Amino acid sequence: MALTSREAFVLLIPAMIPIVALSVAPLARGIYLGFTDSRAGFDVKTHFIGLDNFHRLIHDDLFVNSFKIGLIWAGSVTFVQFCLALGLALLLSQPLRFRWLARSLALVPWAMPPVVVGIMWKLVFQPQAGVLNELLYRGHLPGSNIDWLSDFTWALPAVIVVGVWAGMPQTTVALLAGVQSISDDLHEAAAVDGAGALRRFWTITLPQLRPVILAITTLDLIWNFNSFGLVYVLTLGGPGHATELPMLFAYNEAFKYGEFGYAAALGDAMVIVIACILVFTIRGRLKETT
Amino acid sequence: MVSSHAKRTRSLQYGALVFYMLFLAFPLLWLLSVSFKGPRELVELHPHLIPSQWTFENYGQALHGEIGIGGVTLLHAAWNSTKVATFTAVLTTLVGLPAAYVLARQRGLISKIGLGWILLSQMFPLILIIIPIFLLLRSMHLTDSHIGLVFVYVVWTLPFILWMLQSYVRGIPRDLEEAAMVDGASRFTVLRTVIAPLLAPGVVVTALFAFITAWNEFFLALVLLQTPGRTTLPLLLARFVGVEGIVRLGPLAASALLATLPSLLLFTVIQRWLTRGLMSGAVKG
Repeated sequence: MALTSREAFVLLIPAMIPIVALSVAPLARGIYLGFTDSRAGFDVKTHFIGLDNFHRLIHDDLFVNSFKIGLIWAGSVTFVQFCLALGLALLLSQPLRFRWLARSLALVPWAMPPVVVGIMWKLVFQPQAGVLNELLYRGHLPGSNIDWLSDFTWALPAVIVVGVWAGMPQTTVALLAGVQSISDDLHEAAAVDGAGALRRFWTITLPQLRPVILAITTLDLIWNFNSFGLVYVLTLGGPGHATELPMLFAYNEAFKYGEFGYAAALGDAMVIVIACILVFTIRGRLKETT
Repeated sequence: MVSSHAKRTRSLQYGALVFYMLFLAFPLLWLLSVSFKGPRELVELHPHLIPSQWTFENYGQALHGEIGIGGVTLLHAAWNSTKVATFTAVLTTLVGLPAAYVLARQRGLISKIGLGWILLSQMFPLILIIIPIFLLLRSMHLTDSHIGLVFVYVVWTLPFILWMLQSYVRGIPRDLEEAAMVDGASRFTVLRTVIAPLLAPGVVVTALFAFITAWNEFFLALVLLQTPGRTTLPLLLARFVGVEGIVRLGPLAASALLATLPSLLLFTVIQRWLTRGLMSGAVKG
């Protein structure tokens, strides 16, 4: 017996009230605030100022810089994460010993607070007491005296590595579920026809995984572009502004300098970037079905 | 010949597996190692993975209140986190359960809008939502309070919680309900006597996941909480890193591990059901 729409409505109310009050309405107001001169103070009047904030943004080097870094960060983390997670998912679907251990290890970052992940990697990257430089030193490799997180060249690559580590679980789990849902018949049929492992990967596994890959990389790109806690703990956006992701820039504008309107405009600009990512991937999806 | 080829593939696979395990595990091992080293060993120029002298000193300092900012101890912050995360878990699950049932069972416009919102809510940068929420809570004198933080957490965790719950509801065959309703039971009775018992494990898993999410959350707490006495664990740790943690690596590592322990334990309990619940709808869908 299907739910009547009255029953459905009654059941939805408890969730709808908080969602509308604390998510939908604030979101609408947040988007609007980007077109105002709202500031943090208690009795400051807010005025509609049209596109002024956006003019200011375009001429703000730090904003342009933060978006550039945000895109480099999101793109690299997502790409490396995807390659590593795909490899791991394929391994975990093989009958290997100790794969339970690898599987459990791959899930651990999911359970850890981003702040703790940040602290942990800070200890790894410590210039003197850190394990990374010690390993480089013992292996007679270059770089053993670099202060990774304070170095203008290396800070961004270093935080990207941490981002990859922290996001492994979700991507691996999604890809593993995808790999396991591919029917064995396809592989067997291809093997009978004489297709080697590599060929089967290109002609069966990858095409079959396409929808999962598209979904998880899109989500990863967006999550990473919106990321905050990890880099906040690792570098606070420094040195200089070398790792200042868009959310860190926005946080500083809003809650350090009290520029609510300007920070909201920055949020609006982030939405535009995210919308572009979505349009791009949805078009990929449509192409595939037609 | 075939078998030697297969053997080579296997050993390559094991090699790759070892690489993955090292990449995933070595930062964790290093954190453990640092947490068991004494202050003198921590400033040595060439550190070792295995401490030359094991000590619980760091854990002692973390637990006896020598870690902290503005007089807030680790245990005090843990208590704050427990309160906030528990209320968040209970409230989100209660609020989400009826709605999840509708999303799973109703194939109409409402469900489409609901599922669309769940997806969309993952896309928006939090900064757009948090500024208006900050203004709203401030006008109600609820910024810098645990109540305000719980409200925000409930709404923030809800999309994911709804997604999980509705996938568990979908796992219960519709026929069961229909059979009971044909026998004359009302919708409410069916929900209580047929659905609730079958859904109970899924609800527990979901509530625990909400607990973990709230326990780990940092950004919203950073924006909303000011008074040191109300600090949650991630906030305390982040402040400690900034102020003195970097000169007191041992206690920092010990407190970071202690703060992770509860969510790691809960996660171990639920992970099997969690990944199953998340992926069941996603892959086929």
